Amino acid sequence: MGAATETFYSVIRRQGITRRSFHKFCSLTATSLGLGPLAASRIANALETKPRVPVIWMHGLECTCCSESFIRSAHPLVKDAVLSMISLDYDDTIMAAAGHQAEAILEETRAKHKGQYILAVEGNPPLNEGGMFCIDGGKPFVEKLKMMADDAMAIIAWGACASWGCVQAAKPNPTQATPIDRIITNKPIIKVPGCPPIAEVMTGVVTFIITFGKLPELDRQGRPKMFYSQRIHDKCYRRPHFDAGQFVAEWDDEAARNGYCLYKMGCKGPTTYNACSTVRWNGGVSFPIQSGHGCIGCSEDGFWDKGSFYDRLTDIKQFGIEKNADQIGMAAAGAVGAAVAAHAAVTAVKRLASKREHADHNS
Amino acid sequence: MMDAVARLAESERDLTGIAADGSGEHGVGRPTVYVYEAPVRICHWVNAFSIIVLMVSGYFIGTPLPTVEGEASANFVMGYVRFAHFAAGQVLAVFFLVRILWAFVGNHHSRQIFYIPVHRRQFWKEVLHEIRWYAFLEREPKMYVGHNPLAQIAMFVGFTLFVAFMIVTGFALYSEGTGIDSWQHKLFGWVFAIWPNSQDVHTWHHIGMWALVVFATVHIYAAVREDIMSRQSIISSMISGERQFRD
Repeated sequence: MGAATETFYSVIRRQGITRRSFHKFCSLTATSLGLGPLAASRIANALETKPRVPVIWMHGLECTCCSESFIRSAHPLVKDAVLSMISLDYDDTIMAAAGHQAEAILEETRAKHKGQYILAVEGNPPLNEGGMFCIDGGKPFVEKLKMMADDAMAIIAWGACASWGCVQAAKPNPTQATPIDRIITNKPIIKVPGCPPIAEVMTGVVTFIITFGKLPELDRQGRPKMFYSQRIHDKCYRRPHFDAGQFVAEWDDEAARNGYCLYKMGCKGPTTYNACSTVRWNGGVSFPIQSGHGCIGCSEDGFWDKGSFYDRLTDIKQFGIEKNADQIGMAAAGAVGAAVAAHAAVTAVKRLASKREHADHNS
Repeated sequence: MMDAVARLAESERDLTGIAADGSGEHGVGRPTVYVYEAPVRICHWVNAFSIIVLMVSGYFIGTPLPTVEGEASANFVMGYVRFAHFAAGQVLAVFFLVRILWAFVGNHHSRQIFYIPVHRRQFWKEVLHEIRWYAFLEREPKMYVGHNPLAQIAMFVGFTLFVAFMIVTGFALYSEGTGIDSWQHKLFGWVFAIWPNSQDVHTWHHIGMWALVVFATVHIYAAVREDIMSRQSIISSMISGERQFRD
């Protein structure tokens, strides 16, 4: 993993592709992109000389589900992403090196590719007790993260942990787990939320960066627009049942068997931005709603703290009660209604009394 | 304001007791003041009906009607409910905007619901008086041409602020469907900077509905009660625009 100066060209030559085929590929690419006659040689030149993008992949407080998802990518195959497209210099979960050798790679990459490598962060740093809840290589993870972030070109926040905090940041968040964009504020951060993110979304983001040499267009919350600009609900294949007013009301009712909309069962599709309903999972086989279970909104901020996964209306936990907006609203409206009725009754009685008083006076 | 009423009452008193027709029936002249101009009244009723449609349709978006039978392609129940909600919401937004614009060109009563004169001591003294009146501690109500101070606070908070909140969060939620390139998202997408998970925006929008239910209850009760108790027209004023003082 040390030879980080490899180019695309050297990698594809090693895989048995001839120089002739390589140039054919470059011409074809230039033609299909509608570029001028000089473009083919420029592309060839870039692929021959540009070093592959070095990637440092770090793990904070997390469960490695992002890595698990990543290695199952089908388009592109993760083998191509890791072995041909990027130069994955450091990933303590899957790398061969360990201990001091592994730590040395971090130093080496920092020195050799200052401002050029991509820092991919899985998980987040806990800040409580000086960061002691996540020690990595003898140091709090937060220190390591800051150190590597300083010289990175850009940072990818993998998953709900790095993007929002996820389960370790759920109330009461004893370790004070903190999403990385609150700690690193001077570098562009791409959030790729999800628990885990979809494999093809992960490799898609990596492919975009190395192909175009820039970050994809991000939305207001720092997520790549191409995967997170629409809700699960907008592209859900059960959406026609939603518009028709056909809902599952029980997990085993006729509507569930007919594959109706899971809105009433607390499906979070209408408030969740992700590509599950288009890209799907496991090579496009299925996704939660397709298998009959509502979306739990795992790519959304604080999804663990938004009440039950199976309630349509969110529980509100203030004042030590757990009621939804309807229950609280109806109680408030009922109380005010009763107060108004009582007030009206008192008014009527008073008025009657004063009228009688008037009558007494006048007589 | 009180002086104005007193003066009006003074000048109009001369009219009382003048015979109205030949049959000896006495007409009773009562001081009336033109308070609510036509645009204010139109906005009031359009907004009132929009809010009713919004509340009913909004409730059924949160708690959908029972499942309908048949093919999905043959039904559009939820679609119609949502259409009613979105259409009424846009109507409310437009007329709320018209109402704001009218505050700039209308009479001074048209501006009352957009501010609270927090810096005036006299205002707060009169608020206290109104509270005492509603707590049955005052025998006589004070007369006001426009809103009484307590009503002004209620209108500012319960209508202006709450409805503005509903319009802002409503358009933000609507932008989820129209997409991040839509004008709705450009104008109101900042709501998601406050609540990154739109589930929270849904919840707050829902609570806002109940806040408006509470406001409407109090608003209607106070209007009916004052119409009877304060010896001045309240309900018909929002139809004719004129406030009549009965004593």
